[in-house]
Amino acid sequence: MGLIWEGFTSALRLLWNRDPETMEILWLSLRVSLSATVVALLIGLPVGMLIAVGRFPGRKLLLAAVNTGMGLPPVVAGLFVTLLLWRSGPLGAAALLYTPTAMIIAQAFIATPLVAGISTAALQQVDPEFRTQMLGLGAGRLRSLYEVAREARLPLLAAVMAGFGGVISEVGAATMVGGNIKHQTRVLTTAAVQQTAMGNFGAAIAYGMILLAIAFLVVLVLTLAQQHQSLWAR
Amino acid sequence: MSLRIHTACAAVLAAATLASCGSSSNSPSGTGGSSDNKLVILATTTSVQDSGLLDQLVPEFQTQSGYTVKTIAVGSGEALAMAGRGEADVVIAHDPETEKKLVSTGEATQSVLMHNDFVVIGPSSDPAGIKQATRAADALKRIAEKQAAFISRGDKSGTNNFELKQWKAAGVTPSGSWYQESGQGMGQTITIASQKQAYTLADRATYLATKDSSGLAILYEGTPDMLNVYDVLPVTGKAGSRVNVSGGKAFAKFMLSPAVQKEIGQFGKDKYGIALFDPDAGQTAQQIEQELAKAG
Repeated sequence: MGLIWEGFTSALRLLWNRDPETMEILWLSLRVSLSATVVALLIGLPVGMLIAVGRFPGRKLLLAAVNTGMGLPPVVAGLFVTLLLWRSGPLGAAALLYTPTAMIIAQAFIATPLVAGISTAALQQVDPEFRTQMLGLGAGRLRSLYEVAREARLPLLAAVMAGFGGVISEVGAATMVGGNIKHQTRVLTTAAVQQTAMGNFGAAIAYGMILLAIAFLVVLVLTLAQQHQSLWAR
Repeated sequence: MSLRIHTACAAVLAAATLASCGSSSNSPSGTGGSSDNKLVILATTTSVQDSGLLDQLVPEFQTQSGYTVKTIAVGSGEALAMAGRGEADVVIAHDPETEKKLVSTGEATQSVLMHNDFVVIGPSSDPAGIKQATRAADALKRIAEKQAAFISRGDKSGTNNFELKQWKAAGVTPSGSWYQESGQGMGQTITIASQKQAYTLADRATYLATKDSSGLAILYEGTPDMLNVYDVLPVTGKAGSRVNVSGGKAFAKFMLSPAVQKEIGQFGKDKYGIALFDPDAGQTAQQIEQELAKAG
C-alpha cells in the first residue's frame, strides 16, 4: 500500500512541477496514440460502413477477420511492423524503425480492427429502411451513408474510444518498434515497464497513474461530446 | 452545409495525422533515408542501459560527434542477433561465446570495454549454504543438491549463458520444480526471486540498482570465475548493406577513449559508494582474469 501511495503522490508532484521528462513522455504518448486513432478511424470507419451496408461476396469472411483482429495481440502487430521496417525488410530504406512514426503505424494496426469492428456493429443498428428512405428523398449515395453514420454517432464515438484506449495502454508494440529511446520514443507505458525492471516501483506506479489520468481526460472529452450531441439532437 | 463542415473536420484531422508523421521523421531523431549516415543504432545488453551509464555517455558522444544514437536495450543474445542481421551498427554485450561467432564471420569486430562481476543472490538465510562454496560451479551445485528455489533468466542473455556454463561446470542439468525460468530481464528476474525467496544469478550493477526493493543478499561473490566482461562490437558492412559502419566505429572509439574510460571508472561511486564497472580498454578477457586470480 505504501508504494501505491508513494506512486500517487509522486505522480501528482511530477504533474504539478511540470517535470520536463514526464511532460515529454506524456505528450509523445498522446501524440502517437491520438494519431494512430485518427489513422484507424480513417481506415476503420469506411471498412465498417462497407461491411454494415455493403452486400458483396466474402462480406461475412471480412467481418470475421475484423472481429478476430479486434483481439490482435499488440506484440504480434509490433513484430509484424518490425519485420516490415527492418533495414533488411521491404520498407528498410525509409529508416523508420525506432521512430514515433513507426509507433503510429504499429498502433494503427492494433486500433483499426477495433474501430472497424465496433463501427460495423454500430452501423448495423441503423434500420436499413432509414437509408432507403434517404435515397428515396433524393440524397446521393455518399450523403445517405453520411446520414447513416450520423444516426449511429453515439456508438461510433464508442468505437473511437475503444481504439484510443487500446493503443494508449499497449506496451508490446511500442517497445518493439519504438525501442523506448529516451527523448525519442519513450512513452508512458514503456517508461513504466522500464522503471519496474529497475526496481523503481514508485516511479512505475506514478507513470501508470499519469497514464490513467490522461486516458480518462481524453475519454471524458469524447464522452462529453457524445452526450452533448445527444442533448443537441433531442 | 453540416456535411461540408464535417468533411472539413475530417480533412483537418487527416492533415494533422500526416503532419505528426512528418514532424516525427524530421525531429532530431533524424531519420531520412539510408543515405543519412548520422544515425547510429546501438544495441546494448539491458544491464548496461539499466545502470544509467549510457544516459550519461550517449549525450556526450552525440555532442562530440554529431551522430544521433538510438539505444535499444535487449538481452545480449538479441543484441548480437540484430548485429548479425545488420539491424544495429554497434553492440555492447557480455556473451563471449556468441560474440566469437559474430567476429569469426567478419560481421563485427570486438574490443573489451569494461568488466564487473556476477553475484549469486538470494534470501539472507542462505538455505543451501552457498556462502561456504569455493567456486561458482560449487555454489550452484549446492543449490541443486538442496533443491533450493532458483530463478533462471532463461532468455539466452549473456547472464543466462554464463549461468548455463556454470551448471555445466558443476555437472548438473538443472531441472525440476526448484529450477524456474523467468524469461525476463535481470531486474524483473530479481523481483521474482525476491517474491519467491529464491536464488538467482545477477550482474553486480543490476543487483545494486534493485537492492533496496528486492531485499536479497549477495551470498556468493568475488572469485575469478565470476568475472563479467562487457565488450563493444562495431558491426561491419558484411552484416548488411545499410549498416552505418563509420558511425558504429566512431561510437566504439569514443567508448574506448581514455577520457570516457576514466568516466566509466567513476560511474556509480556517488550513488552506490563503489564504481559499477571497471574500465578495461586495451586488455583481453584472459588478462583481466589472470589479474583477478593474482589479486584474489
